[in-house]
Amino acid sequence: MSLPHLPALRKGKPYESLEQVEVKDHRTGEVLATVSQVNAGIIRRDLNRLGEARAALKKFTCEELMEMCAKAGEIFLNDTLPFGDKGHTQTPQQYVETLSRTSGLPHVMVKRNMAKINDALINMRTVLNGLTRGLDLGVLDVGYGEQAGCPVSYHPTTACLGLVMPSNSPAVNSLWLPAIALKTPVIIKPGREEPWTPYRLIQAFIAAGVPAEAFGFYPTDHEGSGEVLKLSGRALVFGDANTVGQYKNNPKFEVHGPGFSKVLIGNDEVENWPQYIDMIAASIAENGGRSCINASAVIVPKYGKEIADALAKKLGPVDPLAPTDEGAKLSGFANPKMAEFIDGAIEQGLADPGAEDVTAKYRNGPRKAELDGGVYLRPTIVHCDKFEHTLGNREFLCPYASVVEVPQNEMLGKIGPSLVVTAITKDKAFMDELLESDLIERLNIGPIPTMRISWNQPHEGNMFEFLYKRRSIEIAG
Amino acid sequence: MSASEQLDQHLREIIQWHFSPETGCPFWLEWAEKNFDPRKEIHGIGDMLKFPHFQDESLRDLQPEVWVPKEYQGRPFNIFETGGTTGMPKQRIGWDDFRIDYSEFSEKISDEHFPRGEAWMMMGPTGPRRLRLAIEHLANVRGSACYFIDLDPRFVKKLISNKQFDIARQYMDHVVDQASTILKHRKISGLFTTPKLLEALAEKIDIFEAGIRGVFCGGTTMLPQYVRFIVEEVLENRIGFYPTYGNTLMGLAASVPLLPEDKFSITYYAPQPRAVLRVVNPQNTDETVEYDTWGRVELTTLTREFFMPRFLERDEALRRRPRAPYAWDGVAEVRPFGAMENKIVEGVY
Repeated sequence: MSLPHLPALRKGKPYESLEQVEVKDHRTGEVLATVSQVNAGIIRRDLNRLGEARAALKKFTCEELMEMCAKAGEIFLNDTLPFGDKGHTQTPQQYVETLSRTSGLPHVMVKRNMAKINDALINMRTVLNGLTRGLDLGVLDVGYGEQAGCPVSYHPTTACLGLVMPSNSPAVNSLWLPAIALKTPVIIKPGREEPWTPYRLIQAFIAAGVPAEAFGFYPTDHEGSGEVLKLSGRALVFGDANTVGQYKNNPKFEVHGPGFSKVLIGNDEVENWPQYIDMIAASIAENGGRSCINASAVIVPKYGKEIADALAKKLGPVDPLAPTDEGAKLSGFANPKMAEFIDGAIEQGLADPGAEDVTAKYRNGPRKAELDGGVYLRPTIVHCDKFEHTLGNREFLCPYASVVEVPQNEMLGKIGPSLVVTAITKDKAFMDELLESDLIERLNIGPIPTMRISWNQPHEGNMFEFLYKRRSIEIAG
Repeated sequence: MSASEQLDQHLREIIQWHFSPETGCPFWLEWAEKNFDPRKEIHGIGDMLKFPHFQDESLRDLQPEVWVPKEYQGRPFNIFETGGTTGMPKQRIGWDDFRIDYSEFSEKISDEHFPRGEAWMMMGPTGPRRLRLAIEHLANVRGSACYFIDLDPRFVKKLISNKQFDIARQYMDHVVDQASTILKHRKISGLFTTPKLLEALAEKIDIFEAGIRGVFCGGTTMLPQYVRFIVEEVLENRIGFYPTYGNTLMGLAASVPLLPEDKFSITYYAPQPRAVLRVVNPQNTDETVEYDTWGRVELTTLTREFFMPRFLERDEALRRRPRAPYAWDGVAEVRPFGAMENKIVEGVY
């Protein structure tokens, strides 16, 4: 049987390039598929002729598209779908296995991510209701209407949504799903090690009745990625602080960088810290610590050493397990150099006085570990003597967090931008301060893991406000 | 006479010319005194391995007069520079070679794509390279005139090395704007340019509608997928495409027309016997690599104006079999040497 080949999709039409890259098993190096690569010129040509892609979606009402989304969610989760253009197909189990083999995510995490994507699709009505704050989506079909007794009209801000996807975690794809129900074609540059999820999602959408023209799938190089971002009227950008820095404050881009999510404990609750250790550990380590909503700092007014030690005792002994193991908690690195870089960066930080790797004494070996040819990083909890320490506010692609003591009245002055903050407190004054803070994107008050998200409240950006703009309207009777 | 017999005969004549005190240039005559007399030792192309690799630094370090063959003394020469680097450039002098190369090349392009008498436009690096005069000559031998839009590749390389991508883009747009203005107001059917500029021009205007019927392109790496993109999408299978590989030291290697089995892999054939290309094992440059295998490109130039033995180009290529009308090896998919390992600035080329 030939090797599967993922073509580029140009307005849904498969395009087999003469240039292809191999996607390999991160442990054995076995080639699992080849992926066609397109040059920037192809992207420029296609993006300048996008009219028919939007027209194809406009034929449907939002209501119909939401139904198709729900259907696509079921198909994505349960059905066998086309896998490339050489006659191969992919069952859900094969998807889990392939993604695990190339990304290093254990099966159990891939399945959890699959469930999240399925959830987002079948709950698209709830998602859009949250995003639009209850707008009758018929308004988008007609272009104008009424909301709460007021005339409203919305116009699209772009002919497509551009996406340069990361490879860290498949659930990140759930961010772009509402675009389809909002009649906006997507132009996706998949992550090099993770073309599977966007490709499977596109196939699920097509099987559910969404026109193929609405999808662009462009595996490409750095120049091509730049063109996707530059030429899409609206685009999501993912990356580290350096990458996303250049796109900040530009309304064309919705930036998804490091989350710097945090757990804060107030003076009133800090004596009860032992009962929160499981919740904090889950916030740090779920999904292998790969998500931007994983906590990367725990900020407490006192007992910092004790809390760090308790977290280290819980997370330190976590070892890499076989990808098929239901209890697997760590994710392998598709690119072992990334693991090396992170390990090096932590060691370098520890060389600065004032930080201790508390997990070191509870581990069964060094931080960087190997299992069956795969490279992993064991969890790392670092106790820092001050938040300003090099490791005090860092984020890495593994279960990592600092624990720092900061007086409660100084916390909000120090935490900096934070995607999710879980604040364990019942102190009304502190709660008021938290509610006033413009540094926090999503606020959980009480012992709610940072990893918990709700579909009717976007934790990062608002896709509806990103893709549509309200205008005033008057129509002569 | 076979191609190899022709080459050997031509080689003997050129060796005789450059190493005879009556006709040779100071550089090679001095070299022969210090090393060996090639007139006695070089009888065929196989003997060329007796020469060490030519060090092109001498084109940078020495005054150009050392390269003047005695027979050419007193005849003013053109000075041409190689490449797009900064600092003191390497210079080659010449009289008629560029005309001979391009007159020969003229026979390899079709009247359908480059109608005789209809104007050309060159959009790309003009001076101090010999390309500008060469293109104009090529147009002239076909009864055509040529318009020029200049692009300074050294400036572009500097911008890209300094990560000033916005300015590089502005400069490219500036060049393309000028070209589209000329195309709008003048009747032009043949175009010489670099692939990137061609792409940018085609994004701005419909070049077939503007009258272009043939594009002659060179100066950079063109991998098969990129060639396919140019042929199918930029030129929409409506405009003739003539990729070339050449430089100031060699002249012009033309490509053979693409066949379906080529899968858009372009093979170039040196203008033998005036220049000879070998694809050699980088670890042992006496050895040529097997056919369809990567190796480093080695150039030998054999004209009366310029003799250059075994110069290792900064390129690598696949060695290809002879293919009609050429009875010698070709080089395919030429790219900068070590391109797969290192990031190389090719700029708007």
